[in-house]
Amino acid sequence: MPTVNLNKKKVLEYIGKNISDEVLSEKIPMIGTDLEGITADEISVEIFPNRPDMLCEEGFARALKGFLGLEKGLRKYDVNKSDYTATIDSSVVKVREFAVATVIKGLDIDSDFITRLMQVQEKLHTTHSRNRKSAAIGVHDLDTVSFPLRYTTKGKDFKFIPLEGKNEMTIEEILTVHPKGKAYAHLVDKDVYPVWLDAKDKVVSFPPIINGAHTTVTENTKNLLLDVTGTDEKVVLQALNIMVAMLADAGGKIYEVDVSGSKYPIIVPKLMELDISYANRLLGLELDAGSVVDYLLMMGLGAKKLSDSVVEVSIPCYRTDILHPMDLVEDIAIAYGYENFESEMSDATTVGSESQKTVFLRKVSELLVGLSYLECKSFHMTNAKTLFEKMNHEVSKDLVRTANAVNIEYDAMRDRLLSGLMKILSENTHNEYPQNLFEAGTVISHDDSSETNVSENTNIAMVSAGLTSDFSSMKAVIETFALNLDVAIGFEEHEDPSFISGRCAKLILSGVQIGVIGELHPEVLVNWGLDVPVAGAEIELSKVMDAVFK
Amino acid sequence: MAESEKKTYNLQYHEVILLKKLSEMKQSTVIALDKILGIDQAAVVRAAMTLAQLGLLTIDESDKMVVALTRDGKTVIDKGLPEKQLIHAVIKDKVMILSMIDIKDRNIALGWAKKQGLVELEKSDNDMAVKVTSKGLDFYKVKSDIELALENIVNNKPVDKGMIETLKKRRLITAEFKTVRTLSMTKDGEKIAKSVKLVKEVSKVTPELLKDGKWKEVKFRKYNVVAPVAPIYPGKKHFVSQSLEYVRRIWLEMGFKEMEGNLIATSFWNFDALFVPQNHPAREMQDTFYVDVKEGRLSDKKVVAGVKKVHETGDEESCGWEYDWKDDEAKTVVLRTHTTVLSAQTIANIKESDLPVKYFAIGKCFRNESLDWKHLFEFYQMEGIVVDKNANFKQLLGYLKEFYKKMGYTAVRIRPAYFPYTEMSCEVEVFHPRKKEWVELGGAGIFRPEVVKPLLGIDVPVLAWGQGLERILSEYYKITDIRNLYKNDVSKLRSTKLWMW
Repeated sequence: MPTVNLNKKKVLEYIGKNISDEVLSEKIPMIGTDLEGITADEISVEIFPNRPDMLCEEGFARALKGFLGLEKGLRKYDVNKSDYTATIDSSVVKVREFAVATVIKGLDIDSDFITRLMQVQEKLHTTHSRNRKSAAIGVHDLDTVSFPLRYTTKGKDFKFIPLEGKNEMTIEEILTVHPKGKAYAHLVDKDVYPVWLDAKDKVVSFPPIINGAHTTVTENTKNLLLDVTGTDEKVVLQALNIMVAMLADAGGKIYEVDVSGSKYPIIVPKLMELDISYANRLLGLELDAGSVVDYLLMMGLGAKKLSDSVVEVSIPCYRTDILHPMDLVEDIAIAYGYENFESEMSDATTVGSESQKTVFLRKVSELLVGLSYLECKSFHMTNAKTLFEKMNHEVSKDLVRTANAVNIEYDAMRDRLLSGLMKILSENTHNEYPQNLFEAGTVISHDDSSETNVSENTNIAMVSAGLTSDFSSMKAVIETFALNLDVAIGFEEHEDPSFISGRCAKLILSGVQIGVIGELHPEVLVNWGLDVPVAGAEIELSKVMDAVFK
Repeated sequence: MAESEKKTYNLQYHEVILLKKLSEMKQSTVIALDKILGIDQAAVVRAAMTLAQLGLLTIDESDKMVVALTRDGKTVIDKGLPEKQLIHAVIKDKVMILSMIDIKDRNIALGWAKKQGLVELEKSDNDMAVKVTSKGLDFYKVKSDIELALENIVNNKPVDKGMIETLKKRRLITAEFKTVRTLSMTKDGEKIAKSVKLVKEVSKVTPELLKDGKWKEVKFRKYNVVAPVAPIYPGKKHFVSQSLEYVRRIWLEMGFKEMEGNLIATSFWNFDALFVPQNHPAREMQDTFYVDVKEGRLSDKKVVAGVKKVHETGDEESCGWEYDWKDDEAKTVVLRTHTTVLSAQTIANIKESDLPVKYFAIGKCFRNESLDWKHLFEFYQMEGIVVDKNANFKQLLGYLKEFYKKMGYTAVRIRPAYFPYTEMSCEVEVFHPRKKEWVELGGAGIFRPEVVKPLLGIDVPVLAWGQGLERILSEYYKITDIRNLYKNDVSKLRSTKLWMW
């Protein structure tokens, strides 16, 4: 979620009142943003993805002003008629289908304003517009453009001068050489490319990559042309509305643009009915229609009491987060103040119970603890070297790996626990022996029959490291384990490269192998940097549990 | 005197034998007594100090010249001075050829003998012959001053200063200043020494002592109860397990059933069923671990159809996310990023007639982050849901407050937050009494109808929370580097304090 540094002076100017830092620090977190800090000049705040309208000073001040009780209800925006028109060619459907435009006039633009405009545009691109995929915004100097505009497609050899460029470049060059082109080329990876052209065939924009140089906004610009294109119509319209509201709050006048017969912006509020008893039931409050209306107005929504039980709510065009009446209930809760909710104990009577696996694991752990074994807890994520190579094993074909681990030391899921305990021994050679350790937990391996193609089982492993540790002492542990769980575990000669030949056995339960026991091979001990004998065992607990609870 | 008669002294074996011996000698030194009593010096000192504390003897410490015979000095007592041994060899054994005289340190002996004019050397063939002078014969007949002085030292008789220097020069004695502890009896000591009985002391209770009743006659040697002993190490549950068991108990006490399920899930359960849109940033590679397997299966067709519809077009009340929901994206396989997967799966398996129900889970979750002192890529989350037609936001706060109160945090507050699957969404914070600041512990809220309806079939409020546990555990165990929770340092596992709730 993005953190934005808002110009404090601007925010207070838009609120129209000086608010102390103390009040700001108290109120800002309670409106549904995460305050990071306030300095003399800046309010640093994390805006959650549900409120992209608060990414700029104008929108932030709009929300805060209502929340502070300094403004009530839906803010009105007038859209002026105009003759501005644009057309969309059908060829854009397969590259970047949706395009809208609007004109804003009469702005007082200085360099600070341009900076802020670029910041909000960028933040909207990265969050709400999913890195320009769903939508991309272009801001242009209206007075450099001749109408009607045309949103069409061109081939890779089409040339124009990109923003901040001096020379003409072909689209192909832009996509392979220009930093913006390289960053977003994957979004227009087709044989034709979307462009906005003006009436004189000058390039306004090559969305979502870069604008044309001749429409650049400068400190002399008074009037803006906004274009938004994208692959998701809803996101395109929301992005336009957020920009329009921002620029209108900054003093601009909105003029509609006719794009292939539809006039933009569409800033008509969405209507939603709210059942007051629904809100009260969810919140545990007993608000009447009047207070519900008041709270909704505080949140910058329009609200009208239809009856004692129903309120009609007008949702402004820049609020992207209201999908369901429950979202209105949240706005009421925020206006009411999360800090004002009293906690309440529910009288729903239910009976608690632990899972069978939890009970079983606890019993098994207690048994091992009684035998002076220390429980270890390690990560489920590990690597093939730990699991196999250091244990003298070939890497299993059933090893489950992650596709994208940041940390390559932990790029695979453990399919056994014994090797993890060996790693722990290797990290504890400075501590006193004997060291008797165990770990019980989940192990993971490929299994095409499961929903995820991966199966998860529970194992337990134990090691005993010390001068007197040997096969017999570990066998005694397994026998105590079997005796106390009332299962018959048999031992059968076995060869396993992790263990000394002739000092290793399979553990058998009802004719099926459920584990292995042995004295670790000197080569394995050397691999782990150990200079004491180690006896170890690993048991598939899931199978033992099945036998115990059958 | 009357005082000491009334007193009973619980004297140990060493103390008794020391007292009795000193009573015979009246006065002695620690150095002398160790040989006499046959116990080591440290034991004599310990016994003497105990007796001195009881007023039975006095210890006088002074620095004294302590003279002791060297090995050579002891040889002189036995065999005479080297020059005397030389003369002895010549006279008694009739050996005159120098190279044939077989005594220790022959050349030193010859040096001293010549120096005092006791012998003369004469050339004889290729060798030298030794001839004893008349002075030498006189010398041989009587004990020399040196020999007498050494005997005096052995017998604790005084020796004059000049002679001490001579003896030192000839390396027959060592002489140095040492602290000498002189022990003298007191009158109380004399009395006790007469009355005290020597009881046999044993070190162990043995089966024999018990069987034949001898334990009644013996005294058990006193131990130094403050002396260090060799450490022993317990078998123990990992300290994180101990705390998790407590967390589990809190929810059990509040009537919650435990949920369990897999660490690895399809994106469908981890995201889609929780109304997380398919283009949500949380689903991107930098946050979520994707598993390198072929695509998973979406087995519950009815639930999948419901989830698809609510994402694409919503329902009577919700407008949904309004986009094309794709199977392929839902079939990717991930390490669960939250235990909320379990809540979704559980809700899909209950019926309206089961309500109200309360469930909890404690389990590992995964986030694709690099490992550092503040971040783990694998961590525990505690999950809870209350599915109840009468559930409300105030009760959510009630459950969380009750839980944190049992974890030792009395001040709990909530702030608005955002999660795609809850509404009201809140961030839960507790007030840290020591740091005097609010600490964020996790998210909570009421599941959106878009989550609940496709899974359960009806819209019922579901209170839900997923709280991180490592932060409060680190705090309890005073661990600043979060990685140390799972470092498995054997000495820490052995010594970390128990979870005391």
